[in-house]
Amino acid sequence: MIFGIDIASMVLGGLAAGMVLFIVSVGLSVTMGLMGFVNLAHGAFAMLGGYVIVLAMRNWGVGFAPALAIGFVVTAAVSAVFERLLYARLYRAPELDQVLFTIGLVFVIIASVTVLIGPENQPLMLPDALRGQLNLGFIEYRTYSIFLIVVGIVIVIGLWLGFERTRMGAQIRAAVDNRQMAESLGINIDRLFTITFAFGSGMAALGGGLGAEFLGLDPQYPLKYLVYFLIVVAVGGPGRIIGAFYAAVLIGVLDFVLKKYVPQGGTLFIYALTILLLLWRPQGLFGKSA
Amino acid sequence: MSVFPTATDHPAARALAGRHRLRLWEPLPWLLALAFYVAFPTYLGFGTDLLVTILFAISLDLVLGYAGIVTLGHAAFFGAGAYTVGMLAFHGIWAEPITSLIAAAAVAALVGLLSGLVLLRTTGLTLLMLTLCTMALLEEAANLAHDWTGGFDGLPSIAIPPLFGLFEFNPLYPNTQYLYALGVLFICFVFVRVLVYSPFGQSLTGIRENTLRMHAVGAPVRMRLIVCYTISAAIAGIAGGLWAQANAYVNLSTLGLDRAATVLIILVLGGYGRLYGAFVGAVAYMVLSHLLAKIYPTAWQLGLGLLLVIIALFARGGILGVGETLLRWFGRRRPSP
Repeated sequence: MIFGIDIASMVLGGLAAGMVLFIVSVGLSVTMGLMGFVNLAHGAFAMLGGYVIVLAMRNWGVGFAPALAIGFVVTAAVSAVFERLLYARLYRAPELDQVLFTIGLVFVIIASVTVLIGPENQPLMLPDALRGQLNLGFIEYRTYSIFLIVVGIVIVIGLWLGFERTRMGAQIRAAVDNRQMAESLGINIDRLFTITFAFGSGMAALGGGLGAEFLGLDPQYPLKYLVYFLIVVAVGGPGRIIGAFYAAVLIGVLDFVLKKYVPQGGTLFIYALTILLLLWRPQGLFGKSA
Repeated sequence: MSVFPTATDHPAARALAGRHRLRLWEPLPWLLALAFYVAFPTYLGFGTDLLVTILFAISLDLVLGYAGIVTLGHAAFFGAGAYTVGMLAFHGIWAEPITSLIAAAAVAALVGLLSGLVLLRTTGLTLLMLTLCTMALLEEAANLAHDWTGGFDGLPSIAIPPLFGLFEFNPLYPNTQYLYALGVLFICFVFVRVLVYSPFGQSLTGIRENTLRMHAVGAPVRMRLIVCYTISAAIAGIAGGLWAQANAYVNLSTLGLDRAATVLIILVLGGYGRLYGAFVGAVAYMVLSHLLAKIYPTAWQLGLGLLLVIIALFARGGILGVGETLLRWFGRRRPSP
């Protein structure tokens, strides 16, 4: 019985972490699948959004939900400007140039944030309603983790519906599967990409704010979690929303369970598993075969 | 009498046949390195670090500049070499400098071969992520194997016996370290120079430029890439071993993302795929960082980021590429009377 509760609490904690990982990474997955653009600066947008959300709550006294909305809109707008002015010049450039450009961008953002806001961690002030424990009947668990799981599920269902049931979603799917064919059918890929890029960065901003409670929020954020975001995209298969979801949840739960039972070496296992998995399926679990 | 010019007469053919010949200015870096030894005896520690960085950047140039494999995890091999030298010496198994370097090269080559077999099956983001993953895996492993590697603290004060039994490694007066590093760099550079102008090097460039066509003409693409990756890993391992011997310690920083990103920046700054880009980039970067990074660390990071963005957008050849363009520009203007 005690063991069962232990398992349940670990799975819940892992699910919450996985949801945050999914919300941050899903935008990277779609832009990667759509344009093949290697955007290592994606985590920087998550960090920017996190800062906007946390600082809006602390300095302007904005509530949690409106702060999340502000973070989403501000980050989406900023990223759209970056995309039009800078990213767009490098779509047909070699991969190396994309890597250099986005690493440079990460450095610039890290340095700017360090100067403007400071190198210390910015704590997220949760509203009272989300603090404390929630009785689920079979187990008492942290309200905020349950909240994250619910939000994550709502978002994945929303994204799935948007992806599968709307015209826009159909255009994105078409472009991921065969860009040239989609372009010949008159789909405006550039516009599609700007919109998805901005939307994906906005989602990352939400993830940055929602996850600030346990991922922290300091200027090193984009580099610290870069490997995790990339693992989610590669394991799920670039451009696959459901793939990214399963990959994020898998990694979240694994990370949580391993940290509990093998506090040393848990990450080692995740890296090794990722390498083995991609050896077996280089295109990811849900990716189209090459 | 043939109407067509013979193949060797054609300007393009002549340029190709003469490509590998030694240029007049090529001894210059080595003369400068020797002059540095005489002129700045107090900066030899910095000089040794510079030489090791150049060697590391050359190893990256082989995979990135010639074979076109974009990697963010090259420090994995640097660290493998450094830890090989460090662990062999620290645990009193083997410490003789030159044979230790050979062991470092062998271990790094093995890591390169094994990881290359896996990750060179992929491309793009997945490849990039796997190189990062391999490096992170080694870093975690080095952190965990505390009894062997010293874990987070690393291995302090490794005793290295004198070179050839004659020249002491003195941490305060690194004369021996400097000349030793220069010698190793020279040997490795000559090897890489021969390699990139050989048919093997040509096929690497071919793979970088057009993989599909290289498949079509029957080149064993994956095999070539794996061999190149392994050789490059071995050279990076030598650089790591050299670093460990010169500094007389090893720590986790030899395996980190910082080191991998720095060497990438250095190579790109100098100009990749050009042999001498590693030299120019390392000198420019190390001198600037020596002067600026300690005083204004944040401004240094900001400047570095802007520099990378500018290089990626406007100056893909780095310093050497810009220099070449300027030379060509002036060359075109001057002769016109």
